[in-house]
Amino acid sequence: MSTENNNTQPQQNLAFPGHIEELPGGGIVLSKLDDVINWARSNSLWPLTFATSCCGIEYMSVAGAKYDFSRFGFEVARASPRQADVIIIAGTIVNKMAPVLKRLYDQMGDPKYVIAMGACAISGGPFFYNTYSVVKGADHVIPVDVYVAGCPPRPEALMHALITLQQKIKSGLTREQIRASND
Amino acid sequence: MGLTNEHIKQRLTEKFGDQLINFEEPYGMLTFEAPRELNLKVLNFLYDDEELKFRFMTDLCAVHYPDNKGKELAVVYHLHNLVDNCRIRFKVFAPVEQPDVYTATGLFSAANWMERETYDFYGVNFVGHPNLKRILNVEEMDYFPLRKEFPLEDQSRVDKDDEMFGRG
Ligand code: SF4
Repeated sequence: MSTENNNTQPQQNLAFPGHIEELPGGGIVLSKLDDVINWARSNSLWPLTFATSCCGIEYMSVAGAKYDFSRFGFEVARASPRQADVIIIAGTIVNKMAPVLKRLYDQMGDPKYVIAMGACAISGGPFFYNTYSVVKGADHVIPVDVYVAGCPPRPEALMHALITLQQKIKSGLTREQIRASND
Repeated sequence: MGLTNEHIKQRLTEKFGDQLINFEEPYGMLTFEAPRELNLKVLNFLYDDEELKFRFMTDLCAVHYPDNKGKELAVVYHLHNLVDNCRIRFKVFAPVEQPDVYTATGLFSAANWMERETYDFYGVNFVGHPNLKRILNVEEMDYFPLRKEFPLEDQSRVDKDDEMFGRG
């Protein structure tokens, strides 16, 4: 990305939300509680260990030492949905897997987020989109927050998606959360 | 390699006479056809025979030949002799209206899941199988998707344009 582009990025999304009121002998941090909570949440998103096909290899690569998503707060992949905040749908979802995916999603504690990684999770995939066994997009099963195009997406693309999700969280509640709080 | 295709073929014809037909050697692998009632006898013989010793089941699958009247479904067995490192393949045919074939689970535990898969996709009814139900597809599925009458692709999709995938 060019430096020009960097300047147009909304900086407040990256820094701590709020400002420091300078006083003699120190200062006071002023902020909104909601913003602080969202800021904290967005920097501690633990993904679920979940991969159904080839995209999972790139996901593992992002989790590994070379790309290392724990630098951004994605810390460790949890093997239990009850300990996970975000599910990365890495791979093809077949009809038989769909109820399992739904169940995993339902078992995750709120707030929870979903990333659809790769063509399969977005639309059923580049090869299998027309077969008898494949779900034509994971968003038929659970709501998706961020889509990453690619087959498979490069590790950088997945990291971009993860950072996009962080920005989304920092900027307020997601549509599903608003809907749930109205119920 | 003590075991040659000629020798295996000779042993088999000594035992089964002219019931085994269509001996071929595609890519050097001995292949033949057996009557479907004899599938277990052939498997047993290949397993027990002191020379042949085909004691490892590599694969079990089916093929659908819709134009092969009365013999639409072929069940294909692949066996391996690990001592002489020799492989063999044989087929039995069954009519699609009544695709009953004896199960090989008594001889090879590995046949259990492979027969379930074959049932799942081709509907071959393995007589005597301890747990013959779908293994990979959803259980509510009421057809056998790899039979040729079912098109490879779901023809009802209109939102996906083949031209965009380079095959319009
Ligand atoms: S999008 Fe491509 S790489 Fe990813 S799971 Fe599907 S086929 Fe595999």
